[in-house]
Amino acid sequence: MSPLLPLALLILLAPFLAFLLNAFVARRAWALAGAFTIIGVAVSFITSILVFFQVWAGARLDLTFPWLTIGPGQSRAVDLGLRIDPLTSVMMLAVSGVSLLVQIYSWAYLHETEFDAQGHPHVHRDPGFSRYYCWMALFTFSMLGLVLGSSLLTLFIFWELVGLCSYLLIGFWYDRGRTEARPLVAEGYEGQYADARLSPPEAAKKAFLTTRLGDLGLLIGILYLWSQTGTLTFSQLEGMVGSMPTEVATIAALLIFCGAVGKSAQFPLQVWLPDAMEGPTPVSALIHAATMVAAGVYLVGRTFFLFEHAPVAMLVVALIGGFTAFFAATMGLVNNDIKRVMAYSTVSQLGYMFLALGVGGLGAAMFHLFSHAWFKALLFLTAGSVIHGSGTQDMREMGGLGRLMPWTFLATLVAGLSLIGIPPLSGFWSKDLIIGAVRNHEPVVGVGRLFTLDLTVTGLLLFFALMTVMMTAFYTVRLLFLTFGGRWRGDPHLAHHVHEAPAAMLWPMLILIIPSIFVGLWGSPLVPVGHFVSFVEGRPFTEEMSLGDIALPLALALIGIVIAWLMYGLKTISPARVAALTGPLYRWAYNKWGFDDLYNALVGSVVVGFAWVVAWTDRVVVDGIVNWIAQVIVAIGRAGRVVQTGQVQTYAWVVFGGLVIVAAAVVLPTLGR
Amino acid sequence: MPGLNQFLILGAIIFCIGIYGALSRRNVVVLLMALELMLNGVNITLVAFNRFLTPPAGVSSSPFAGQMFALFVIAVAAAEAALGLAIVIAVYRVRHTVQVDQIDALRG
Repeated sequence: MSPLLPLALLILLAPFLAFLLNAFVARRAWALAGAFTIIGVAVSFITSILVFFQVWAGARLDLTFPWLTIGPGQSRAVDLGLRIDPLTSVMMLAVSGVSLLVQIYSWAYLHETEFDAQGHPHVHRDPGFSRYYCWMALFTFSMLGLVLGSSLLTLFIFWELVGLCSYLLIGFWYDRGRTEARPLVAEGYEGQYADARLSPPEAAKKAFLTTRLGDLGLLIGILYLWSQTGTLTFSQLEGMVGSMPTEVATIAALLIFCGAVGKSAQFPLQVWLPDAMEGPTPVSALIHAATMVAAGVYLVGRTFFLFEHAPVAMLVVALIGGFTAFFAATMGLVNNDIKRVMAYSTVSQLGYMFLALGVGGLGAAMFHLFSHAWFKALLFLTAGSVIHGSGTQDMREMGGLGRLMPWTFLATLVAGLSLIGIPPLSGFWSKDLIIGAVRNHEPVVGVGRLFTLDLTVTGLLLFFALMTVMMTAFYTVRLLFLTFGGRWRGDPHLAHHVHEAPAAMLWPMLILIIPSIFVGLWGSPLVPVGHFVSFVEGRPFTEEMSLGDIALPLALALIGIVIAWLMYGLKTISPARVAALTGPLYRWAYNKWGFDDLYNALVGSVVVGFAWVVAWTDRVVVDGIVNWIAQVIVAIGRAGRVVQTGQVQTYAWVVFGGLVIVAAAVVLPTLGR
Repeated sequence: MPGLNQFLILGAIIFCIGIYGALSRRNVVVLLMALELMLNGVNITLVAFNRFLTPPAGVSSSPFAGQMFALFVIAVAAAEAALGLAIVIAVYRVRHTVQVDQIDALRG
């Protein structure tokens, strides 16, 4: 037995035990509930570190047991099990590490400070405190189970569990209604409106249903793969993939990718993630930035052998990823909600990861996942701190928070620069690996030549990647300037209530600064041995990094930074002018390329129309048959009731008539004798 | 001197008058009287059989079995009449009528 097995079980069971205790014991004891989850996740995190070092030293775990056997002679088994390899160990570090810091942060986040008329602070604890920590423990357990699973079925079970937790936590404030559009209270933005937002329960349903659409594909893919190979274990599938027909691998890979598209909010199922921001901000940080949404990338990475065997599927992954990276970034450029800008940024960065996977850069994708988890979680935690401190989430109503919340500003700055990809922060190295992977990609499908430019799919992908670098820089710097730069633009009465985050929120952010800076070095050419990519892919990896490769993305990032600086820092270019000049394009991006409207219309016409047909069939055909049977019975009864006159003499007539008939039957045959 | 047949015909006539009364009259008291007629018609046949036919050995040890039957029928008829009249009185108190065609609470 592998020495990793008890550790793996401990990693899983610690948060699960916390969940059980919170669900059944600590329902009213709020402090106990928080403590259970924090301790449970801390145990997982420490054990994950131990596991990581053992894996580094070469230990592996691949354990499966048949969950059920079916078919003639019990010949086919459906396996469940646990697996620990470099990819798992890295994922567990990110999941449990971010989760631990988010749990600590949440403790203070769920204590709302309000000010009365005299300006005295009053601390309110959210009534759902215990429930929150209960679901958070369940989520951490499920997410760790997802990365630990050694078969597609195990993964799928936890996949659905994290989806459930996401649903429960987006709808955490289930009693809150819609936020209607309201006029801004912001100097310089008079006459503008803060957008209407869905209610948390609506957002939760939207997230759940949209991801379910992708999960259906994943489930069909799992069943298809099982019907073709008879196994769902990753290691067995990997061994079989060589003898698998390309069409089978392609179909299976595309179906699995459907699940990833839903979970990771890729085009065309990206609509749920921005609305998922209706949940508490620490939830967004953990689930909708760092871990769960990256599960799609992990899934493709885990079944990467299948994709490598299916070039068409790879191309689809790369195109969807590249397009999503570009497309989400354009929406991030124009949004004014601090959390939604970050949500679009997350979609965009996840697109990067898929792009890397599609061009064969498994290690690059996983490395971006790993580094992105830290700095994006940090970015969301700072957003939570900003919202907590300023009482609004529309960036136009903020401003000047840099002086009022200096530590939050520092953390946002580091995370933001890391996201842009400024060397030597984490994001620079991981993004560079991805762009390198795209650059080294063999051009797949060529269309022709335009001047000196090769019109290939790879060229298109590179265009997406590089444009996204510029837009990322723009919206990040725009966010920084609008939030922290200048002076307070919002309601002047609120200005002196703006406060720095309490210690329990501040410390997790400050700790997250460290990985946001240094994690990237692991995937840089600076590490002499044990480069991230070679660790995860299990093959030697040397990165050739020429100055030209770095210079172009960096130059584009600088262009984005400068434009944003000119528009929102120096204000030499008026954002309103730019919006007016680019009118239709601006509105196009602001309305999310019309996808929400399109889906609403589709659901409104096609789905509701189909539902109407189904309802009609049920009402008229099914109910009709049932009612007809009932009516026949009633008619028989109505005919029968005529006999029941209630007149004793009628009955007597019947009795007498019966007697006469019986007597006749007995007597008449004897008369002839 | 009438024989068995004459008595049986008399019993049948009385029984049929009783049936006719029971089926055609509406007054409950008359119905009860008609029932008495039916019972007495039967009584006549029982006594007549007893008088004209000797029961075969083994069927009954008593030569008076038919008469005993008749006596039982008379006793039961008396009890039935008492019970029936009691019911009639009870029904009359509730429904203020003794016409059977108006007592149809069990109509379907």
